[in-house]
Amino acid sequence: MVEQSGVRVVRCGGNKINFRAPIITKDCRFLICGSGDSVKVFSTSTEECVHVLEGHTDQVTGVALNPANHLQVYSCSADGTVRLWDFIDGILIKTFIFGYPILSLYVSEKHAGVIFVIVAMENQNKGENFQLLALHLPKVPDQEVEAKDMFAVLCDISPNPGSTAFGQGGEYIASALGLRLNVYFFRKQKTYRFSLKATDKKGAKNAFTCVACHPKDDCIATGHEDGKIRLWRNFNQKKEYTYSTQHWHHNAVSSLCFTPEGMHLLSGGVESVLVQWHCEEVNKKDFLPRLGGAISHIAVSSDGQMYCTSHSDNKINIIHCSFKLSAVIQGLVKGNIWTDLVIDSRTKALVMNGRPGHLQFYSLQQDKQLYSLDIVQQEYIYEEGLDQFEVMKAVFDVRGNWLATVEERGRDSDLEFALKLWGFNESAQSLELNTTITAAHQDRITSMCFSPSTETTMLVTAAKDGQFKVWLLGTDSETQKEQASWSCDFVGSYHGLQPTNCCFSSDGSLLAVSFEEVVTVWSSDTWGLLTTLCQPPGPIRELCFGRLSCSKYLLATTPKNLLCWNLLTCSLEWSTPMDVHLLRSDPLSDIIAAFCLHSKSSNLFVFRPSEPRPLFTQKAVCEGKVQRCVFAPRAEPLDSCDERFQWLNRSRLYYLTEKMELLSFSTQTEDERILKSRKQLLVDDSVAVTPFYLLLGKHRRQQEEEDKLNFMTNKVSERTQHPQASVAVKELLHTPAHVLPAASFLCSMFVNSLLISNTESREEKQPSEKDEDSDKEEDDSEEEMETGDGQQEIRTQGSVEEAPPKLSKAEEKELRRVRKTDFSWVTSLSSS
Amino acid sequence: MASFKPTKVYTYPKLGEKVTEDTLYWKNYKAPVQIKEFGAVTKIEFSPVAPHNYVVTASTRIQVYRPQSQEPVQSFTRFRDTAYGGSFRGDGKLVVAGSEEGLIRLFDVGGRVALRQFRGHSKAVHVTSFLSDGYRVVSGSDDLSCRMWDVASGTQLSSYTEHTDYVRAGAASRLNPDLYITGSYDHTVKLFDMRVGGSVMTMQHGHPVESVLLYPSEALLVSAGGRYVKVWDLLKGGQQLVSLKNHHKTVTCACLSTTDNKLLTGSLDRHVKVYNSSYKVVHNFDYATSILSLAVAPDDEVMAVGMTNGVLSVRQKKHTNDKQEVLTKRRRTPAYRVFKGKNYIPKQDDFLVSKPVKQHLQKYDRQLKSFQVSKALDSALETWRRFHNPEVTVAVMIELNRRGTLKNALSGRDEQSLTMLLNFLIKHVTDPRFSRILLMVSDMIIDLYHDVAPQSSIVERLFQRLLELLGREAELQQELLQVLGILDTLFASLAPRQEVSGPAAPPIMLGSQQQAA
Repeated sequence: MVEQSGVRVVRCGGNKINFRAPIITKDCRFLICGSGDSVKVFSTSTEECVHVLEGHTDQVTGVALNPANHLQVYSCSADGTVRLWDFIDGILIKTFIFGYPILSLYVSEKHAGVIFVIVAMENQNKGENFQLLALHLPKVPDQEVEAKDMFAVLCDISPNPGSTAFGQGGEYIASALGLRLNVYFFRKQKTYRFSLKATDKKGAKNAFTCVACHPKDDCIATGHEDGKIRLWRNFNQKKEYTYSTQHWHHNAVSSLCFTPEGMHLLSGGVESVLVQWHCEEVNKKDFLPRLGGAISHIAVSSDGQMYCTSHSDNKINIIHCSFKLSAVIQGLVKGNIWTDLVIDSRTKALVMNGRPGHLQFYSLQQDKQLYSLDIVQQEYIYEEGLDQFEVMKAVFDVRGNWLATVEERGRDSDLEFALKLWGFNESAQSLELNTTITAAHQDRITSMCFSPSTETTMLVTAAKDGQFKVWLLGTDSETQKEQASWSCDFVGSYHGLQPTNCCFSSDGSLLAVSFEEVVTVWSSDTWGLLTTLCQPPGPIRELCFGRLSCSKYLLATTPKNLLCWNLLTCSLEWSTPMDVHLLRSDPLSDIIAAFCLHSKSSNLFVFRPSEPRPLFTQKAVCEGKVQRCVFAPRAEPLDSCDERFQWLNRSRLYYLTEKMELLSFSTQTEDERILKSRKQLLVDDSVAVTPFYLLLGKHRRQQEEEDKLNFMTNKVSERTQHPQASVAVKELLHTPAHVLPAASFLCSMFVNSLLISNTESREEKQPSEKDEDSDKEEDDSEEEMETGDGQQEIRTQGSVEEAPPKLSKAEEKELRRVRKTDFSWVTSLSSS
Repeated sequence: MASFKPTKVYTYPKLGEKVTEDTLYWKNYKAPVQIKEFGAVTKIEFSPVAPHNYVVTASTRIQVYRPQSQEPVQSFTRFRDTAYGGSFRGDGKLVVAGSEEGLIRLFDVGGRVALRQFRGHSKAVHVTSFLSDGYRVVSGSDDLSCRMWDVASGTQLSSYTEHTDYVRAGAASRLNPDLYITGSYDHTVKLFDMRVGGSVMTMQHGHPVESVLLYPSEALLVSAGGRYVKVWDLLKGGQQLVSLKNHHKTVTCACLSTTDNKLLTGSLDRHVKVYNSSYKVVHNFDYATSILSLAVAPDDEVMAVGMTNGVLSVRQKKHTNDKQEVLTKRRRTPAYRVFKGKNYIPKQDDFLVSKPVKQHLQKYDRQLKSFQVSKALDSALETWRRFHNPEVTVAVMIELNRRGTLKNALSGRDEQSLTMLLNFLIKHVTDPRFSRILLMVSDMIIDLYHDVAPQSSIVERLFQRLLELLGREAELQQELLQVLGILDTLFASLAPRQEVSGPAAPPIMLGSQQQAA
């Protein structure tokens, strides 16, 4: 939409990985889950993301392993396609075009070539209505196939994927909606319906929430809204069915899952406790409490070795079958964001509300949560409607040594809040609680900021009680020298008005506090009121000082105007009639970004306070209001020459929309750079990604790249020098011994480097062409796919053989000697 | 999987005195040993030589104690009337004392009978002291005179009658054998030089002088009298350095500690105060009755205080190795449990399986973990915890309130536990640290039990008391707020016209007032 400007709005990761149930591969090495428009493959041992399978154009709504080939995975999406992937190599094998948004996907071993999807029913006017379709996948060699052969299995079912399940060996399918359980038997082609009464005598809510079927037995487990679990048996007839009831959960059961042998039933709900029920001994239960947010899905690997639970806080826990947590995959938590987006200057991470009562440190570069800091330090009670402490404000000081947080609980009358100050501990390399102030103000804190001056560490808080307070770090007695704590230094007020914003000038000498319609400027040395600015009238929304060359300007927004005062003359420099609701200055340059809402979409203006014309404008950056925004400094500045994009050189602007999407701006040069880096980061997937692997992989890649370079440039036909050899030797000599790979690995490389290769570029060009061909071939059939790996190996071997080395006699003699020498020690080394 | 987070018990800042190094030092004494004397203990002095015995003058006796024992090692009882001012010679072998009858006696520490008797004073002698050469004794008497006596011959060497009232304090210089300082009820302190043959310096204390004291450097002089303690600089010709008014009754005695030369003063107001080098009070000892005399042993090992009711209170210093002994004794018993298997050093090829560390939780936390709210409140209200750590009890209440189960925990209680709860409320509801939650608890209790309260007379009475207490507290807070308002207007009128408001009261105080109001 904005191609002409060269700046593109890009989404910055942080997709939901808990939208649908993840799956664990057959060998338990990978976990596959849908994440936004893509499917992500994680390693279960290292928690690293191994592959991102990209291709869908809308939310991925389900993943399932191909029952015919356990190295392939189906994914369905709201874009109306089902795609088949090879997750080991990260290759799209096939696309089945269905045409209607798919909500969920099921496969069964018994029904080969058929997948079951849930779609919204056609031609329905009144409300939402969904049906389960069986979709025959045509066996055509094309890569894109239209799948039109389908028939409806069940009508009027729940769109929730957890409330439909395949029974023992795929003989029947159970689905629940509201108070009714439908069981469809494929052989009889008949549906049995069982329904519960709306309310029991005790007023229990009986509605079904989820269904699971026993894999070896005719038994269906159903979860209910009141926390009960019912085990249904004998349901292959209408009348004589029975069920038994278990009750542990105090709230709705959100997910149920049987282990593959049917020994255990796993259940989870909002309590965030994974309960393992023993099917043989009914009353025996195991618990795994405090896993994170509410459990939304539970999945079990096909050998029963691993369980995984996905949680409402965008997290997947991988649990070993001995009920021990083995790995955690944590995405960006997008609950309610109350704090501003803050950048921690130490880790360069984006800091915002994470799990309840926590602050999350999210790495923007790696799209990964670095860690979560517990602010509230209280046990979180998983109960709906309970008012618990939440982090409402978080501010870092300039150097990242101090963090101030405000946590709140309760509403106006019984408001409880605490101001906490966290100091960075150099030895522990983490933030530690220094001071807790329980009654810092008499009413809610509206704004706070640290002084940017390097001499003093000073915090200013402004609260609704009409006061702003200055807090200083100080030691008060000789005995507590090491434990400096914060205390109140000054209390200021202005005519009993409520302060709304406070802001320090870039050198820390001035403090601006806005009191409703008046901006007051205070000297931070004497705490004397210097001046008041109040023209033109209007309640001040945002306040911010200019930086660097524009540090003499103070900017403020009112519902009608954007104002800029010159503090040297204490007069209004300029004002524009704009409804700016978000104003943020770049800490590294003198520019300021302003978002304003115009006809239901947000516009961005980037300007310098000293210049009347904006540097950059972009209309409709997103729908609705921009909630928060922040300038994140870049690791390495861009060198874009276009004047309009220079504001993006030093730092990057991130913003959060109403739909909790984290968006940013990206220039063309940057896109190219990212593409390049992504290619570099491709790693061999057969090995788990460990730091050691990365070290080895880097080495190998370098070699490959160098080879490729040599092939590309046809300039060098014959090489007398072996750059490759010298590199290997150099590396061997210059790498410290403790980080060197195993000798068995180095030996072959070293010996190889001694060989004289006189391969010709023309000959070596062939394999690369072959690669392209084989890519096409691979999609032809599944059988070929399986042997694909083997073929590749043969091919690489072949390429070596294709270039028979022509050696001089002396060299041949030498080679023969090498061949004769006993290298059995190498094999012993490598075997050990 | 995160572990259970235990209930957060807030540590509240201690109001009032701050713990400093000085308080730690002066608190490091054992509980005092009380020795009953025959009358008011007017003078205590430590021997300058080890083992630092001390001489105690009380009634008609002078007794010598060892620092460690509570029985006197020597007792001089040959006084017909009250004895005064027993003091050691520099070598600790001779003791001199005056008496009510005007006679001065000289004793050998080993013997019982007086070696010398100096006659000449016509009235009671309250002050006696050896000069630093050890051959002469100075005395001050109620007959307004100060006399010097020769020990060898027992004759009077000289007499000065410069004071115009009783001489009640005296101190001999240790560096110069000819210097001598007296303090008198005529409000003056005089420095006598024997070589000149009269006083060379006079300082106006302004109140009857009860005690004078020289610093070891002898540049500073301390005089105590009335409610004042004054320090004089002798090298500047007797210029007053500071005047301290920290006691609210007459200061009767002063002494110096040997470490850092801290000044200690005792007073009739039953306090001993310790000053630091800038003459700020850093510590305070409380005693049962008015203090007449005070002495600290070299190295501050022993502190002896004599009182008007004849009680001699002796404090011994605690030693760190005493403590360690006790600790090691305690540790020895469960050692087999603590170190079981922990001192095993794994060999090279051993595969180490680490045992998960079990999180230790308090009883109430264990019960909170399993959602047993009533039981958790019960264990938080256990007698010991209730009395010693009320903040823990309150923290559990806050936690229950946060969980929304406080009402459940409070309901269904019998008379006994309700009585306990109400007593706790009555004791702490006015505490500003706890009042917020405790007021909420009282509201809930009244809601829950107001129907059944009349069934039990005890509970009803407690409800009445709570009501009265809260009524009184509300009145008090109202008055305080009024005073605050008055002060605010005063400050506002005093301060020059500026927009800046003066520093307000600490936030916690204000908050509590609002809550209580």
